Amino acid sequence: MSHRESNWRAEFLAELKKQHIQVEVSALATMPLWQIPAKHWRSAAELAQGLSARWVSGWAEQHSGQYELNTLFAVRGDFLLLRTSVPESNTELPSQATVYPAANRSERHAQDMFGIHFLDHPDNRPWLRHKAWKKHQYPLRKDFPLSGDPEPVTAPDMDYQFVKGRGAGVYEIPVGPVHAGIIEPGHFRFQAVGETVLNLEERLGYVHKGIEKTAEGRTPEQLARLAGRISGDSTVAHSWAACRAMEQAAGIAISPHAAFIRGILNERERIANHMGDIGAICNDVGFAFAQMQFTRLRELWLRSNRQFFAHRLLMDCIVPGGVSCSLTDEARATMRQELKALRKELDEILPALDLNSSLEDRLLTAGWLSEKTAAAFSAVGYVGRASGQDLDARRDAPCLPYERLNFEVIVESQGDVASRLWVRVREIFASIKLLRQMLEQLPAGVIQTPWQTPAADSEGIGIIEGWRGEIVTFVRFDDNNQIARFYPRDPSVVNWPLLEKIVLNNSVPDFPVCNKSLNGSYSGHDL
Amino acid sequence: MGDQLMNWLMAIVQTGLFVILSPLLAGWIKWCKCRLQNRKAPSLLQPYRDLWKLTHKQPVVAEQASWLFIITPYVIFSAMILAASTVPLIAVDLPTSASADVIVLVGFFALARFFQALAGLDIGTAFGGMGSSREMTISSLAEPAMLMAVFTLSMAASTTNLSFAIGFVLDQGIVLRPSFVFALFALILIAIAETGRIPVDNPATHLELTMIHEAMILEYSGRHLALIEWASQLKLMLYGVLIANIFFPWGIARQFTWSALSDALLLIMAKLMLLALFLALSETLFAKMRLFRVQEYLSFAYLLGLLGLLSHIILEASY
Repeated sequence: MSHRESNWRAEFLAELKKQHIQVEVSALATMPLWQIPAKHWRSAAELAQGLSARWVSGWAEQHSGQYELNTLFAVRGDFLLLRTSVPESNTELPSQATVYPAANRSERHAQDMFGIHFLDHPDNRPWLRHKAWKKHQYPLRKDFPLSGDPEPVTAPDMDYQFVKGRGAGVYEIPVGPVHAGIIEPGHFRFQAVGETVLNLEERLGYVHKGIEKTAEGRTPEQLARLAGRISGDSTVAHSWAACRAMEQAAGIAISPHAAFIRGILNERERIANHMGDIGAICNDVGFAFAQMQFTRLRELWLRSNRQFFAHRLLMDCIVPGGVSCSLTDEARATMRQELKALRKELDEILPALDLNSSLEDRLLTAGWLSEKTAAAFSAVGYVGRASGQDLDARRDAPCLPYERLNFEVIVESQGDVASRLWVRVREIFASIKLLRQMLEQLPAGVIQTPWQTPAADSEGIGIIEGWRGEIVTFVRFDDNNQIARFYPRDPSVVNWPLLEKIVLNNSVPDFPVCNKSLNGSYSGHDL
Repeated sequence: MGDQLMNWLMAIVQTGLFVILSPLLAGWIKWCKCRLQNRKAPSLLQPYRDLWKLTHKQPVVAEQASWLFIITPYVIFSAMILAASTVPLIAVDLPTSASADVIVLVGFFALARFFQALAGLDIGTAFGGMGSSREMTISSLAEPAMLMAVFTLSMAASTTNLSFAIGFVLDQGIVLRPSFVFALFALILIAIAETGRIPVDNPATHLELTMIHEAMILEYSGRHLALIEWASQLKLMLYGVLIANIFFPWGIARQFTWSALSDALLLIMAKLMLLALFLALSETLFAKMRLFRVQEYLSFAYLLGLLGLLSHIILEASY
């Protein structure tokens, strides 16, 4: 496959050469792969940052007798995978977190799971590691048993060093990990003066399920099912990203028909979740009317998911090589009618939100995220797009069906809760238009292309714009059609740190609505 | 002597009515809100079932809790019953309402709140303390506003006794007093703040960080929680009755005949249903305010009370 060698990559290569950094150039199916020596890991990041490259994802892997570290950079749709390796005997290398704050937790993830030491890391406290493993056990190393090595009783996660606040009138509010609502577990530690938030610190990892470890040794079908369960609300996007990565590794092209069905599934998932979120944001400021209406719309939408695809949340509809379901002509006609009805309902309900000044008063200016911070932390999805980050993998890393469709990437620059809500509203309308196009243009074809066993060691990166934002999934096969490494980067991974930023100087009771406007997935983050 | 006995009996019956009917009022508000949100509503009797369920659950008390935490539900509930005995529901001139005036009523509310806030602090959780602090902030703004509205009324009627004041309004017939209009709006705003309704507090929320009243009672369970919930329902009904009977007292019984009393009961229920409907409507239309807006809101209530007082002095002093 050929690449359009973009300017930034050429400049980056020139800069690296200027610094006398050796670069081994090779390529994956959709992007170049450059290997550099470990000692230049940070300086390479500094050069990339100088070229305003976005930090997309970072992960580690134990491969061919050493640890490989990967960082994925991008400028718009021009991706570049940077790789280095450290020997198993000496797992030290410079940290990139001082250059890219978004790399912070990702490196702590590698530190907890592989025992890699990042030098000069700004914060080397454990992150996903609570007390589930003995001190020198690293669960993602190959010598750690797949079945795990659990203690009879897991010790409580007691002595995590939270940031302390000092001074007259500063007090601490610990919230969670178990919350009053039916949401996932996560701990939030506030320092507040009166009702103003001075600092917020997140502590996640309570829903670590060992997704990366249990993926090892799976067949492609089994991995697609696992990926669909990373975060239940993004089952379509995650299984698509995983399948795309596997198909790249195996060199399989799916039929346009299957690609269009995948697109339909993905947009349906986006609409369902956006409607749920819009209602939930309104409910968090005590405007229950909107929640009831949007819950109703979402419920009707999920019921027709079940009618069309036999699953309310569309789980397991995407399989390696294609999809497991299709649409009859009759179903397409019904879906078109449904889109029309939804538009009509939204046109009635949305003015009730738009014209409500008490709602406006709560949402406008609350939880403001500046464009600068959003860029520095590589914000993706509606969080990024509400703060001026013009990113959408459907346009930037296009694949079928999106490359054949017309759609608008919704970008606003206001950056507050209201903006994140209205970006969602506008994305629903954009998705309705996309669905219409896909229903009209749905090409004929098979739903599934036969699977071919990929070559040993082949790897692939699947990038899909889920409803929450860009999902980046890395897959490597071993020599037996089995998964050797699976790392799905949920958009929540990059968006969670931003919650700590957007609540600063807001009042404590505004935290829930700020959190809901960001709506990170705990499960997708903790893996 | 027989009359005296009858009067006391009536006072007890009336207080009993408060206690028995208050969950029904809460159920009616819930019903209206559900319907306004296009939902199926639970039965009007649901609050009774909830109270029944809670009284049959084992109360769980935090290890750090002191005696204060355990007596607080009883103190609050008793204070509300005493408060209920001072407010004329279906009849005026009862011995209990004759012996206590509106300042005592405010005192009972303050007593309940004092214990509630202490109990919120007692167990030492962050949420309890946060709730207590917010509650005291709001009450320190609401109480002066409440007194201002009450003084308007008492200046017009030349009494702070509710029974006499209502009698005064009845005797005057339908007269439009600007001061009463101001006082009415002030009292409505205060009632919403004091009973923890939207837009000041959200009684239906599960979000601990946004709570005011609920944050203080997060650690309560079983019969303790039942008593506190019941007391909140009583307080809501008390405010409703205050507004209905002071400003629209027509229909309240001045003689203790069966027909007058039953008419009065039906009428006050109709008035409360109407008021509750307005409450449900406003709760459906408005989102909750930001916490820092509450002071503006209560300052506005205070201002209305003050305007009522001034307009009485300027416009109505010749009465």
